[in-house]
Amino acid sequence: MALATKGRLSESLNGVTRRLGFRHYEENFVRTICFLSAAVSIIATVGIVTILVTETIPFFQKNSLLAFLTGTEWAPNNSTPLYGVLPLVAGTLLVTLGSGMVSIPLGLLVGIYLSEYAHPTVRKILKPVLEILAGIPSVVFGYFALNLVTPGLQGFTAKLGEAIPALKVLMPEFSPANASAAAIVVGFMTLPMVASLCEDAISSVPKVMREAAYGLGCTKAEVIAKIVVPAAISGIVASFILALSRAIGETMAVTIAAGASPVMPKGIGSEVMTMTAQIVNYSKGDISRGDPKYQSIFAIGLLLFVVTLLMNLMAQAFVRRMGRHAR
Amino acid sequence: MTPSFMQPVPGASRRKRIDGFFKSLCLLASLVAVVILATLLITVFRDGIGRVSMQFLTSMPSSFMPKKAGIQSPLIGSIYVMILTMLIVVPVGIAGAVYLQEFTPKKNAFTRFIQVNISNLAGVPSIVFGMLGLTLFVIFLSLGKSILAGALTMSILVLPMVVLVTQESLKAVPNAYREASLALGTTRWQTIRKIVLPSAIPGILTGIILAAGRAIGETAPLIVVGAVGMVTFLPSKVTDRYTVLPLQILDWIGQPNKDFRPAAAGAILVLVAMLVVLNSVAILIRARSRVTR
Repeated sequence: MALATKGRLSESLNGVTRRLGFRHYEENFVRTICFLSAAVSIIATVGIVTILVTETIPFFQKNSLLAFLTGTEWAPNNSTPLYGVLPLVAGTLLVTLGSGMVSIPLGLLVGIYLSEYAHPTVRKILKPVLEILAGIPSVVFGYFALNLVTPGLQGFTAKLGEAIPALKVLMPEFSPANASAAAIVVGFMTLPMVASLCEDAISSVPKVMREAAYGLGCTKAEVIAKIVVPAAISGIVASFILALSRAIGETMAVTIAAGASPVMPKGIGSEVMTMTAQIVNYSKGDISRGDPKYQSIFAIGLLLFVVTLLMNLMAQAFVRRMGRHAR
Repeated sequence: MTPSFMQPVPGASRRKRIDGFFKSLCLLASLVAVVILATLLITVFRDGIGRVSMQFLTSMPSSFMPKKAGIQSPLIGSIYVMILTMLIVVPVGIAGAVYLQEFTPKKNAFTRFIQVNISNLAGVPSIVFGMLGLTLFVIFLSLGKSILAGALTMSILVLPMVVLVTQESLKAVPNAYREASLALGTTRWQTIRKIVLPSAIPGILTGIILAAGRAIGETAPLIVVGAVGMVTFLPSKVTDRYTVLPLQILDWIGQPNKDFRPAAAGAILVLVAMLVVLNSVAILIRARSRVTR
């Protein structure tokens, strides 16, 4: 009895199993296997960091880090090759911020709808719809951008320009591959993530807080805007950061839809190239290991890794803050 | 005269209107998500259904005969990569989760470190895993641009997902099960094998299926480890070169000849159909496990 009450029974039984011969060896063997499997994730992380750093060193021996980070020209085929990453960063930023303009407001509203308004039956339909949307491969979104979104944008601006000629000069010209179409589809790709994380954050707000506000005569919209969303703000902000981080790392849809010209973006309708698209571009061609182009993709990869890691850590810090508040 | 508390509050009707407007706004946003998914599926269906046939599934891809091109080699390649990935990641992922959740019930600094590491790994852009695979598997282990190198890369990519889902399922198994079993004198491993894992299996299976879906949809890391768009032979062993469905789609999307668009849409349709089948199985398993509990 004393065993069962003092601490957990399972802990105290460890002493017994230690004397069980074969079972003891089997136990230790399995435990080791499981330990090694858990350690694979560490090997993966260490591997990623090691590889990105070691493959980048030769690149920075030939090109200065400052020129890489502040250069506005990506021209590896020049007589003096230029590897300025800013055009790629600007392209990525344009697509990412654009996608945030879709995913953040829509995702937050869907999250609010799911946790505060939706009837259980509606929820049962809406949740799988979002799951399917999240599961659709990125290539498919690329097809969608190219064959539906871009023609749509082109048609829309043409019609608007006809109706109000004064607006014509303000309208961007949409080239077949453009930043806007990429931003829109990436926005829809990341929307389910924002929605589901916002829903989680909002549903974890204690019910008493809502009821206290209702008791003071607030309408539902007021309760949501003034009580629930502010209380869940850490989790909501975390979801925004994660969505933007996903958008930065998004590859296939932007490779197809945003284009492949590594120049500073001229506007939202022009062709841009993201960091990920450049990595794909150089990987598709058969370039050998010593090639500076080959080394440059690791420099881009390292930048990509550092930025997304920082964003993910930031999101985790917000989530931890949320946890403290709930308690 | 009506008592003051019964008189309408100033601005009440405006506040009510805002309330109604906000609700409609939320509903509208949700409808947008549904409409987008529907548009996407309908477009692909409209563009591609004409091409999906037995001939399409059993012909080799082509970049100059849009009407006769098929998806045999990419389809087989995708299935190979998916199966091989699952063979690698399922044992490692489950064992890792068992270690974190069952063998070390008391969290120590090391398990906390692994845990943080896994969450961060899940957020690394998929293309970075491709660069790991390129250097580690393709070059360092000299596996070349083979199915095996692709599957190993994909395994590391989906590993965090499998570990996290398995951990969630293990957490959901009531502690009383473990203690009852241990009280009968079993070892920890016997309890895990005979009691904990069987009760957690529906959740684990759901996670595995979702990971399989991810493995056939992901493209970027496979491009980096050397899968190419146009392969007109079937791989016969794990060291052969290969292509996968998303890459074939990418190749056809990029063709200047617009006649390839139906072929791309047809291939997308097949890919989405595979994902729908996988997801339906996952939903079925979830529904069944809810009934039995």
